[in-house]
Amino acid sequence: MTRSLSLRAGLLSLAILAGTIAIWHFATLPTAGSAGNVDPEYAALVSGAAAEGQKSTFPTPADVAATLWKHLKDPFYVRGANDQGVGIQLAYSLGRVLIGYLIAAAVAIPLGFLIGMSPLATRALDPFIQILKPISPLAWMPLALYTIKDSGISAIFVIFICSLWPMLINTAFGVASVRKEWLNVAATLEVGALRKAFMVILPAAAPTIMTGMRISIGIAWLVIVAAEMLVGGTGIGYFVWNEWNNLSIGNIITAILLIGLVGMILDVALARAARLVAYRE
Amino acid sequence: MTKPLISIEALARRYPKHGGGETTVFENVWLPIEKGEFVCLIGHSGCGKTTILNVLAGLDQPSGGVVIVDGREISGPSLDRAVIFQGHSLLPWMTVMGNVAFAVTSRHPHWPKDKVRAHCQKYIDVVHLTGSEHKKPAELSGGMKQRVGIARALAIEPKMLLMDEPFSALDALTRGSLQDEVRRICTETEQTVFMITHDIDEAMLLADRIVLMTNGPEAKIAEIVENTLPKDRSRADVHKHANYYALRNHLLDFLVTRSKNFAVEIAAGAYDPRRPPVVRPGERAPAQPPPPIDAPRAVSA
Repeated sequence: MTRSLSLRAGLLSLAILAGTIAIWHFATLPTAGSAGNVDPEYAALVSGAAAEGQKSTFPTPADVAATLWKHLKDPFYVRGANDQGVGIQLAYSLGRVLIGYLIAAAVAIPLGFLIGMSPLATRALDPFIQILKPISPLAWMPLALYTIKDSGISAIFVIFICSLWPMLINTAFGVASVRKEWLNVAATLEVGALRKAFMVILPAAAPTIMTGMRISIGIAWLVIVAAEMLVGGTGIGYFVWNEWNNLSIGNIITAILLIGLVGMILDVALARAARLVAYRE
Repeated sequence: MTKPLISIEALARRYPKHGGGETTVFENVWLPIEKGEFVCLIGHSGCGKTTILNVLAGLDQPSGGVVIVDGREISGPSLDRAVIFQGHSLLPWMTVMGNVAFAVTSRHPHWPKDKVRAHCQKYIDVVHLTGSEHKKPAELSGGMKQRVGIARALAIEPKMLLMDEPFSALDALTRGSLQDEVRRICTETEQTVFMITHDIDEAMLLADRIVLMTNGPEAKIAEIVENTLPKDRSRADVHKHANYYALRNHLLDFLVTRSKNFAVEIAAGAYDPRRPPVVRPGERAPAQPPPPIDAPRAVSA
């Protein structure tokens, strides 16, 4: 029964994909008659596509597939600062995300632990967290650029600040809501503070902490594209912006697909890690 | 007269009331517990039974009074007083062995791994869980989980075992077999036990003395009933003993009617909270109806 369900679901997915590609294909078919209407000067000004008389510069699925294949065939080439393989751009972005994310985890998890343990700290820090949490991480960018004076580090800082809150809040919540009876067990066994933290509270709160980490990596991957569009230089976000300036829609669509793919891989990796610390009551 | 292992003295618990004043849950509770004794506390919900147990465990502070263990006032939880909680309260990410070992290494931090393992195995065997050492609590039935809780408490070899309605969440069959096992283990090891229950049959089977509490608020110990059934009683034949119905009716009568109206009984005669009346239903005078409060009765030494 479940097998037939997943089979049917798979077939439906393929059908939706095929349908979407078909609509896309027919919507972007070249129209032969319009070729004569193109001003040759305009054709020279824009790219070859317009000159060839296409209805729009929007590429057909076949064009995008060709572009995608071109990128995947040689992802790591370097031909000058503004022409590097998409793999290298993704690696830059991933590197920034991971550095900012890991620093955020190193700060948020211990800090969240302390906040969760102390009702006083929870209430005292709550107003700050509530005000800082909804700020778009990009709003920090000018401040970061002004104080840090390095665009690469500023991007990492933006990742840090956006991944901080979900991990901080979830850790504090997870630690604060450890079941009273487990704490009572630790108390009646005269378990020391450090042993209690690592043997009881941490494993009990681990699933909630992992949920925070999963939310954070998702947000960090969303934010890096925007951050790199702003700071420029390298990274997949910069790549997208650069290709927009080149009006190379095929490259942009390729990059969008790859961003989605990497984001999914990050999420699946964190979901797997979460399963390791999950427990059934 | 030897000093009791545990002495509850003038224990009281009060809560601030809405709009000023205080609600007294219970007050002036005095109770000595001898070494090797099995004491059951029976009372309706709201009389502060669990609070008394939590104070004994060191998890809660009384508003007044003290608990003296081995001549010293208790100030917090101790490995000498193991608690078997109402819910099993096992740590779900640890195996059966892990849960018991967590307790054992708390008691003996410097024991080598092999010794801890062997010690845990001994108590896992005692509660008949051999073969389930590496299962997680989620894979166990309710009765098995409670067995792990019992093994965990016994493994630290406490001076005293505190049980808060340990079998109330179990079905009748499982409860019965676990009661038999607890009785066997506690008689064999001469374990001192303080247990809370609202199950009369459970108290009659397990307890040497049954402490009856009046209804809250302002609950107090009404009576201490000494178990007049033979020491070697078992669940299978306990109801055939001559004293069985006298004892059962006395307890039932108390819970159904007298626990509500005990204030009237107190007003009628001399009631000393430090020395609540002790009754032995089925012996000497007929226990039905219960003797009036000012009648002479067997008073414990």
